[in-house]
Amino acid sequence: MRPVAISVDSPQESRDLCKKAGYTFPFLSDPNTDAIRKYDVLHRGAGVDGHDIARPAEFLVDASGVVRWANLTDDIRVRARPEQILEQARLLK
Amino acid sequence: MSKRRRNWHLWIGFLLCLLAIPSYLAVFAKFPVTRDVPWATFLIFAAGLLLLTSGVRRAFGQLQEYRGKIAGPILGVLGLAAAGFFCFGVFYGAKQIPKSAAAPRVGQKAPDFTLTDTANRQVSLASLLTEPLTNLQTPPKGVLLVFYRGYW
Repeated sequence: MRPVAISVDSPQESRDLCKKAGYTFPFLSDPNTDAIRKYDVLHRGAGVDGHDIARPAEFLVDASGVVRWANLTDDIRVRARPEQILEQARLLK
Repeated sequence: MSKRRRNWHLWIGFLLCLLAIPSYLAVFAKFPVTRDVPWATFLIFAAGLLLLTSGVRRAFGQLQEYRGKIAGPILGVLGLAAAGFFCFGVFYGAKQIPKSAAAPRVGQKAPDFTLTDTANRQVSLASLLTEPLTNLQTPPKGVLLVFYRGYW
């Protein structure tokens, strides 16, 4: 399984984050909230100065491009747990 | 007059209430067990408010023995305010996120997209699904899309 992080951050900001945190998986920049809107995970005006940002959400997509698992939390503090995701990833063929 | 004892229940209680939120943000929010249901922080607040209550009762119940008739009510109100603020954040503030009713559901096709990665390359969902993983030389069995708020 390939983890991919998506936010409105610029490539430069994500580069700094990856360096600081040691992340080696892809970080994609979506400043125009193109993919964020396609997945209906836009949080209007929730960013600094009222910018639109992504709400936390995770989608597991299988090799044929079909969503196999999704987590749309209703609490910003409560995110998917790693073991929960790994369990779902093991079900992928 | 100056023989009255320091009302340490008041000050310890206030200190606990003061540290409850910073300790949640710095420590307890990092672990799902103490984050999802913030019981550790609730316990700290409960201990702090109990001590504050006891301190205020001492200050007014044993006038000759304990200090804190002015500090007591002030610290008590501040401690309660901190606890109220935390509860408001946990039970209301954190839940103010969009419903995402039109998000792709399990069994549906994931919408394709093309975005810029940290090396300024254009990357599509299709390419993420087919490009081999560097350590395995085979395409991944799937892609986990993690949308996050970012740091702007």
